[in-house]
Amino acid sequence: MSKIEIITEKCKGCGLCIIVCPKKSIQLSKNFNKAGYHPAVFVEGADCTACGLCFQVCPDVCIEVYKDK
Amino acid sequence: MKKILSKTESLKATPHLYCPGCGHGIIHRLVAESIDELGLREKTIGIAPVGCAVFAYDYFNFDVSEAPHGRPPAVATGIKRVRPDKIVFTYQGDGDLAAIGTAETIHAANRGENITVIFVNNANYGMTGGQMAPTTLIGQKTATSPYGRDPKREGYPMKVCELLSSLEGVAYLERVSVSNPKNIISAKRAIKKAFQNQVDGKGFSLVEVLSQCPVDWGMTPQNSIKWVEDVFVKAFPLGVYKDKK
Repeated sequence: MSKIEIITEKCKGCGLCIIVCPKKSIQLSKNFNKAGYHPAVFVEGADCTACGLCFQVCPDVCIEVYKDK
Repeated sequence: MKKILSKTESLKATPHLYCPGCGHGIIHRLVAESIDELGLREKTIGIAPVGCAVFAYDYFNFDVSEAPHGRPPAVATGIKRVRPDKIVFTYQGDGDLAAIGTAETIHAANRGENITVIFVNNANYGMTGGQMAPTTLIGQKTATSPYGRDPKREGYPMKVCELLSSLEGVAYLERVSVSNPKNIISAKRAIKKAFQNQVDGKGFSLVEVLSQCPVDWGMTPQNSIKWVEDVFVKAFPLGVYKDKK
């Protein structure tokens, strides 16, 4: 199963990754990070094709994409 | 599981101080990836502007010099002439390149200096709070044009690519945007080409990147990328304006 990891302490919660994700697998956390933003989080176990669109649009380069095989 | 996409070596892990949704972070990544893919990191010298990207030296993992407001093309000219073996690029905003630095930009272009210019156009002065810039659109509301820009009073938006395309010394001019993944990939190709041109000694290359500025435009990041696609690119058409063979 492919997945992404988000460095939540660098995320500013702009939500650009959420609108480009074709599988709707990213959402904003209800918790705050240290900077006071609601960071984006990958929904545990959600579908991911490792397309990398979220990585392309992330202004804070805080997304890492892992591909299964 | 294999990591296929992550921060490239030319970017530091330092968190960006840009506003949420700002296009600068994306453009920093495209510049860093282009440099790494061409294997130029060890010999690159960047010139940071005055403006939002003033702390670019904190984000790039190679040598970066700071220049007074608008003067990066002049500083880049000096560095490139003294060290022609280095890859020299400037990273400038519209207040820097198209307002206070117009003379430096035009003359560096006209001399055909073998440098690369990354020009980030966000239609206002971002760092100081969203005042009107030469590139502000007609009718666009900013902190200093609260009723919208009126060409009778403030003139017309300055189109840098069109302006420079008539100059003999210019090798490459392209306008791109970073509003969606397709445009971002296209912007990456343009930026990489601008660096390749310098390696090949072709001369002055400038890539104008239309970037969103959600906070100063008073929009959400989602609405700001929509505004870029619906309004901004109509006034500043994307495309290649010059590509000297």
